[in-house]
Amino acid sequence: MLMPKAAINLTVNGAARSVAVWPMARLLDVIREELGLTGTKEGCGEGECGACAILLDGRLINSCLVPALQADGAAITTIEGIARGDKLAPIQQAFLECGGAQCGICTPGMIMAAVSLLGENARPSEAEIRNALAGNLCRCTGYMRIFEAVARACRPEGLQP
Amino acid sequence: MRAHIPSYEMLAPKTLEEALTRLAGGSGEWRIFAGGTDLMVLLEAGKLTHRRFLSVWRVQELRGITFAPQYVTLGSLTTYTDVLRHEMLRREFPLLAAAAAETGGVATQNRGTLGGNIVNASPAADSPPALLVYDAEVELVSTRGARWLPLREFYTGYKTTQLRGDELLERIRLPRETAGFKPYYRKVGTRKAQAISKVCFAGLRNRATAEVRIALGSVAPVPLRCLKTEAVIRQGGDPAAALAREIAPIDDMRSTAAYRLRVAQNLLKEFLDA
Repeated sequence: MLMPKAAINLTVNGAARSVAVWPMARLLDVIREELGLTGTKEGCGEGECGACAILLDGRLINSCLVPALQADGAAITTIEGIARGDKLAPIQQAFLECGGAQCGICTPGMIMAAVSLLGENARPSEAEIRNALAGNLCRCTGYMRIFEAVARACRPEGLQP
Repeated sequence: MRAHIPSYEMLAPKTLEEALTRLAGGSGEWRIFAGGTDLMVLLEAGKLTHRRFLSVWRVQELRGITFAPQYVTLGSLTTYTDVLRHEMLRREFPLLAAAAAETGGVATQNRGTLGGNIVNASPAADSPPALLVYDAEVELVSTRGARWLPLREFYTGYKTTQLRGDELLERIRLPRETAGFKPYYRKVGTRKAQAISKVCFAGLRNRATAEVRIALGSVAPVPLRCLKTEAVIRQGGDPAAALAREIAPIDDMRSTAAYRLRVAQNLLKEFLDA
């Protein structure tokens, strides 16, 4: 039996959007397929890897684990909402300069996790960075440069040796 | 096989009353849906038996942490992040904070709830061992009324509980009586973060009164409070042998019965030697 689609309202990277969704569609699929924002990636599809991480009402979440209906009325921020126009956000610039991206699949989730961290803690320690990114897997295993990028985004000296 | 998403129904009641009325009007076909960190994984894998879900995420009555002289009461939608950010709760119930910190990564901590962790009744859940040693009680509500139950009695078997089809877990309360106890919490998994436990151990000990409380995860069909082992310890018997008799670990995809037994006994020793 097919259930009716539900109309949900979202604020997507600052813009109001209304979409018709299957109530239990993954927010990830709504973002990629209905909203056309393919910067958010699917890795494991079961909340283990963090590739689909976005901010939902300011909180980091894995969008593969949120049914679309639960996002009704929420504000979401995806990787496409991080830069200011053509200018990269400092965290993005730091990933570029530190080689924080290799194959790139984990990068949007890593950056969203870093944005979430830096929003709450402007100068995190290395331990705090590692903890904040513990839910994000990098299949290229480029973790050190990723941690370095997050550190460099908030302090010029980066990680202390 | 992946689930056929269009055949699943979800409603989002805004009040507890609305949710309970919906549950009462059905015959067990509605399942409560909170943060989704467990149910969405099962959905993806095509392993959800229910087709109809009530999202309670926006039901405010199920949120909040309140301190009264005797108890701390937590709404069932209390997330791991809520636990970690509550200074008083962390200080008074450090095992709960430790469990919250070891559950998934930040994204999971922001969505996963204590109520969901309890009701899904996985023997590998991280928070129940901590809740069990604090003698947590759970309040089950329906349009028929409310009942409090010790968490210890809530679990009836592998992923089965006392929750009836028209009931919902509204609150969890913790008696404020463990101030003098030394806490011990250790989760053993394949990696430090984001892993499902092979063995999880929560212990509380008060040397002054010789009181000891122990609960384990992933070593029995249910999260297990080890009352018999506690009694043997109080009587000066052999703790490792008592624990071996009380738990029932199995071989599965994450570990073996032999490894789990050995680790559980080692953790018990570490706890008692600390």
